[in-house]
Amino acid sequence: MSASEQGGMERHQYDVIVVGAGGAGLRAAIAAHDAGAKTAVVCKSLLGKAHTVMAEGGIAAAMGNRWPEDNWEVHFRDTMRGGKMLNNWRMAQLHAQEAPERVQELEDWGALFDRTEDGLISQRDFGGHKYARLAHVGDRTGLEMIRTLQQRTVELGIDVFMECTVTDLFKDESGAISGAFGYWRETGRFIQFDAPAVILATGGIGKSFKVTSNSWEYTGDGHALAMRAGAALINMEFVQFHPTGMVWPPSVKGLLVTESVRGDGGILKNSEGKRFMFDYIPEFFKSETADTEEEADAWYEDKKNNRRPPELLPRDEVARAINSEIKAGRGSPHGGIFLDIASRRTPEFIKKRLPSMYHQFKELADVDITAEPMEIGPTCHYVMGGVEVDADTQESAVPGLYAVGECSGGMHGSNRLGGNSLGDLLVFGKLAGEHAAKKVSGLGANRPAVAPDDVAAAATSAVAPFEVEGGENPYAIQHDLQQAMNDLVGIIREGAELEQALADIEALKERAKQMVVEGHRQYNPGWHLALDLRNMLIVSESIAKAALAREESRGGHTRNDFPKTDHEVWGKKNLVVTLNDSGDGVQLSEKPLPVMPDELKKYFEES
Amino acid sequence: MGYRLKMKLWRGDKSGGELKDYEVDVSEGEVVLDAIHRVQAEQAGDLAVRWNCKAGKCGSCSAEINGKPRLMCMCRLSDFEEDETITVTPMRTFPVVRDLVTDVTFNYEKAAELPSFSPPPRDADGKRRMAQVDVERGQEFRKCIECFLCQNVCHVVRDHEDNKPAFAGPRFFIRYAELDMHPLDTNDRRELAQGAAGIGMCNITKCCTEVCPEGIKITDNAIIPMKERVVDKKYDPLVWLGSKIGIRNKDTESRVPAKQGKAGHIKRPAH
Ligand SMILES: Cc1cc2nc3c(=O)[nH]c(=O)nc-3n(C[C@H](O)[C@H](O)[C@H](O)COP(=O)(O)OP(=O)(O)OC[C@H]3O[C@@H](n4cnc5c(N)ncnc54)[C@H](O)[C@@H]3O)c2cc1C
Ligand code: SF4
Ligand code: SF4
Ligand code: FES
Repeated sequence: MSASEQGGMERHQYDVIVVGAGGAGLRAAIAAHDAGAKTAVVCKSLLGKAHTVMAEGGIAAAMGNRWPEDNWEVHFRDTMRGGKMLNNWRMAQLHAQEAPERVQELEDWGALFDRTEDGLISQRDFGGHKYARLAHVGDRTGLEMIRTLQQRTVELGIDVFMECTVTDLFKDESGAISGAFGYWRETGRFIQFDAPAVILATGGIGKSFKVTSNSWEYTGDGHALAMRAGAALINMEFVQFHPTGMVWPPSVKGLLVTESVRGDGGILKNSEGKRFMFDYIPEFFKSETADTEEEADAWYEDKKNNRRPPELLPRDEVARAINSEIKAGRGSPHGGIFLDIASRRTPEFIKKRLPSMYHQFKELADVDITAEPMEIGPTCHYVMGGVEVDADTQESAVPGLYAVGECSGGMHGSNRLGGNSLGDLLVFGKLAGEHAAKKVSGLGANRPAVAPDDVAAAATSAVAPFEVEGGENPYAIQHDLQQAMNDLVGIIREGAELEQALADIEALKERAKQMVVEGHRQYNPGWHLALDLRNMLIVSESIAKAALAREESRGGHTRNDFPKTDHEVWGKKNLVVTLNDSGDGVQLSEKPLPVMPDELKKYFEES
Repeated sequence: MGYRLKMKLWRGDKSGGELKDYEVDVSEGEVVLDAIHRVQAEQAGDLAVRWNCKAGKCGSCSAEINGKPRLMCMCRLSDFEEDETITVTPMRTFPVVRDLVTDVTFNYEKAAELPSFSPPPRDADGKRRMAQVDVERGQEFRKCIECFLCQNVCHVVRDHEDNKPAFAGPRFFIRYAELDMHPLDTNDRRELAQGAAGIGMCNITKCCTEVCPEGIKITDNAIIPMKERVVDKKYDPLVWLGSKIGIRNKDTESRVPAKQGKAGHIKRPAH
């Protein structure tokens, strides 16, 4: 088939189309199906391979299996404080309230979590959570979660279009969602979906950074699709750099080392052997953080009489501390710092609790983590920002368009706590599926129609990279974008560098217009990348623009030139990104934070 | 320790193909997938290869490296001599889509046929209780990353296309075993394991266990016990493996025969 040929367009009708088959997408599809909607899931990779499969540590849910004093109020408070109070309070509340039942439901569907001595679901410690709260399966919790949801999806007979990429959304004249457009990766042929509800569950954006724990799929497709359809993104300046990524060998640089290593007793040391986190306890967390090694170590056994070790501060704090130590010349041989569990726990304990970390270091770095420390450093991990949605329904500003999981915004504020993503996927996936199904059943026969011209335009735009002659290879453009984002929009930011980044992105956008791909449309990664790159560029621009505007430091956004957290001005509003009028760039606006009701405010009074 | 690696990569599609020679710069600590990505970025932008996690966690990047079924992301270049040519071909048992990518739909269809988990009601407080020792048996099988290397290597389907309809393969024998050993499951899957899944066709060569990147003891811990279970049911329905492993004693009393699931919901493009 030649590049321009249009032949063989498939067309399907559904009530609800879910774009993405990670935890969020699958949970949404199950809910929509259970609510009676004819539902399909569309995903870029094979079923079961989405990012969710990589999650390691666990699912945060206040089930109280280890600490009966844990409850949704404590979890809510931890989440808001972890996000430096910028979270959408209603989302944080719903999440804390509903996560326990969502986890237990997984067990009904066949998940086998690790157990407590009483036979209940075990819960482990993680940064920023007051009590041991993460339901887990060793350090492969994401695999358990996605397999369970995948098996449930298959059992229910929900249609799954796998290795099928969505590139456009359709709306009718009234502005309501009418369908989606995509291509089969295998054949390169186009496919049209007619559906009055589309749920975006496409995950994150991390592939725009050079050092990242994210895979090729994380090109911000859902973020970009939503923006192009007229929805807004919020909190895009907040990107989480996980404190512990592998630093060596170069080929695995950025690969995640789970926070469970610290949750289970691991500590951070610099080249002088010093446990340096005690030097980096911020005022905001002083009252709840141990200030001596004795107290920190005692906490693992006795949480009532001791405060948390500083290694378990929220991720933004730990990542910045590591960054400073490396900058000060106290790093490890390969430019990281040391994460040591070998000297603190027995080999048996480590292998039982952290089997895939043991395996990962052994196989990829020749390091035995039961005998020697790991070398680690910050890595781009998660985007807090995403599609702005209604907290109760997950619907965006575009009628019929929903967003859940990592591609939606608000829940995590300026910084996400570990374990809160997997909970987020389940809680909001279910809500989105239910509300989308409800919306569709309310429409009756009155469904928004897809305009044939829009379909033709989507097809033309998708094959454009084949039409260019003598242009540039998309891999080179992607490489330069990743470098620019890493160097200029990374963990520590500065006005001038952000301006430089925006200029670089403009130049890359120009180069991308002249992108060319070789070969034909069948399973052609060069072509796939060319299409994904458009999304990466617009999402990168959103991040850089919002980062330049926010003149303070908070959570996953640190400005060298504005090191303070400014509660008076910046603690009261969100930055909102939308597509500009000409459609070739983004524009910023501000929006006040939703106001928390007084009965919830009381949880924050004493601190 | 950078050097120039010689590779032979299979290029082609279902109508045919050939091994093509490539030379690419590689450096210390790299894996086969890194070398392939470099070929893709610099020399062959349309080289088709599946991958996601690059950490042995998703099971996307299965292929045959110098004839051995492996994950490309976990196969270190240091396992080979620097002057050795590394040959990478797609998994042989599944139809080629393009280059190193194969059509693994077979496995998804088999998964859909499997009867699902069927639990009793929760405890009075809304929770479920299971002992760690009891869940650990199933947890071994749930480590499976669905790389399908075991399916690829099993001679029952590798050399006999016509066996495919009647044989679920090792990946799904462990799923049968997992559900069977689940401390709470109420279904009896023995007839299906024998009939629809064809566990009887397995002659315990253990090739599947040898290639499993997760180190799951597919034959010893799943297939053999399942085979014994099937036989027990046939000849003496009251005896069950449970008496050996202490999960449950009166098997047949509380279990009902499982129903086969329905395939056909995994959509693939028309050709
Ligand atoms: C290594 C690692 C470890 C982690 N550990 C934890 C942890 O322990 N606890 C925790 O809470 N969180 C953890 N996280 C974060 C968490 O795993 C992710 O945020 C979460 O899994 C995202 O889920 P999702 O459903 O939103 O998206 P994903 O699981 O990423 O799924 C996205 C889906 O969208 C599809 N898709 C994308 N674009 C398109 C398109 N254009 N067309 C069609 N389909 C598309 C993809 O194919 C995929 O199916 C971890 C993340 C990483 C990377
Ligand atoms: S042991 Fe059985 S299932 Fe495994 S490879 Fe041999 S024949 Fe196939
Ligand atoms: S059992 Fe092992 S070899 Fe087979 S699919 Fe699972 S992980 Fe792969
Ligand atoms: S890329 Fe995930 S297992 Fe190799």
